[in-house]
Amino acid sequence: MDWLDVAVRVLAVLVAFLVLPLLVGQLEHKAMAHMQGRVGPMHAGGFHGWAQLVADGVKFAQKEDTVPEGADRRLFQLAPGVALVPYLVVLIAIPLGPDGMVGQAVDAGIFFVLAALGVGVLGSLIAGWASANKYALLGGLRTAAQLMAYELPLLLAAASVAMAAGTLSLPGILDAFEWWWVPWQLVGAFVFFTAGLAELQRPPFDAPIAPEEIIFGAYTEYSGLRFAFFLLAEYAGIVVVSALTAVLFLGGWHGPWSDQLGWLWTLLKTGALCFVVIWARVAWPRLRADQIQKFAWTVLVPLALAQIAFTGVIKVVSG
Amino acid sequence: MSLGSGLAKGLAITLRTMTRRAVTAQYPESQPELPPRSRGVIGLFEENCTVCMLCARECPDWCIYIDSHKETLPATTPGGRDRSRNVLDRFAIDFSLCMYCGICVEVCPFDALFWSPEFEYATTDISELTHERDKLRAWMWTVPEPPPLDPAAEEPKEIAAARKSAEKAAEKAAEKAVEADGGEGGG
Repeated sequence: MDWLDVAVRVLAVLVAFLVLPLLVGQLEHKAMAHMQGRVGPMHAGGFHGWAQLVADGVKFAQKEDTVPEGADRRLFQLAPGVALVPYLVVLIAIPLGPDGMVGQAVDAGIFFVLAALGVGVLGSLIAGWASANKYALLGGLRTAAQLMAYELPLLLAAASVAMAAGTLSLPGILDAFEWWWVPWQLVGAFVFFTAGLAELQRPPFDAPIAPEEIIFGAYTEYSGLRFAFFLLAEYAGIVVVSALTAVLFLGGWHGPWSDQLGWLWTLLKTGALCFVVIWARVAWPRLRADQIQKFAWTVLVPLALAQIAFTGVIKVVSG
Repeated sequence: MSLGSGLAKGLAITLRTMTRRAVTAQYPESQPELPPRSRGVIGLFEENCTVCMLCARECPDWCIYIDSHKETLPATTPGGRDRSRNVLDRFAIDFSLCMYCGICVEVCPFDALFWSPEFEYATTDISELTHERDKLRAWMWTVPEPPPLDPAAEEPKEIAAARKSAEKAAEKAAEKAVEADGGEGGG
């Protein structure tokens, strides 16, 4: 393996990891504001507040990094890292364009990606337990319940695509992709995207965070840079889930002139899905913890199973 | 409303709002347009003030300071009486105490106090919020014209009184003219 090649790929993934979540964060600032008849940040950086998140980062860096007295010190300080790093790892395996435009082609890509995604949620769980705070513990337990409920439909929906393509490798799935997979796997796409949203604890599935009732749940005791890491992890998670949905269900780099503009198609599809994530936050109220559970077990799991059956039938009939 | 249509409606409303212009007014860059009766600051039209002290006495939080002295005007006609008159020395309002109730404006019998929509007089020191008469007088220039009355509204008292006296004077003049005509004809 060529060292230069490796260095370029790692650097590209790192840059994407540092830039894309900030873009999504800025999009959330502005899109949410305009959806509510406001204008959002307008001053930071001069032009329509483009540097707002940079300013936020500087602010977070200046704040004191505190650890509560009764907290499990080591775990408390480790949790933001556990929340953030897995998304960076996932990003390595997501193909951007055709012909090996991917950080590292992993043979069992879907396995790898979904396993790493699950680890990211553990960050909130650790934070909730280590904080020695009732609200944090409540948030952590809700996170755990949500993780249990939504990991299953997420896996089932992804399994449906793997069945259709006959491979677990993400670039392999894209190589096998045909346009009619989109309607074929539509239900699976809905299940995967919704379950991903719930894994990220984004509205309307944000009962574990719920600032109005359990004051940010697992993140209650965090301040400064560690809190910023959790926020960054949230946006990185949006990017990763959107990118995975785009790759698995919307054909990733497939599109007109995909030879040259494949990367653009991936980014466009990911961006559109990120917008949907933000849109859902603005438009919809938060679900109660029990409603979240009910939705997972009585709607998403049956739908995912039905999708797998449907995929299997078509596969047997056509092949 | 079923669950699905409610969710769709939420999405539609937010998207429609996004495509429209935001209602936000960018304050430091663009000044707000405030209605004439906005309670921004109280202006003093000191030419009208007679130092009757009503405003200072009615003020619920005692934020109006008035000093004055008496001045004697010599009699204008020989054998007449000298007249005394109040002269305003100091008129100050402490806006750190003022609660913008507007009782002073309401109670002033000589129309010497007015609301102005001017609001940009924040200071970094609380003691600088006591504004003296020259500043209060200068704020009079920012008092906007009162809005026109409703089409079916009653006539303002001042105008009604003025019209009545003018009509009376005209009547008297007409009577005089008739009298004079009658005198000539009879002679």
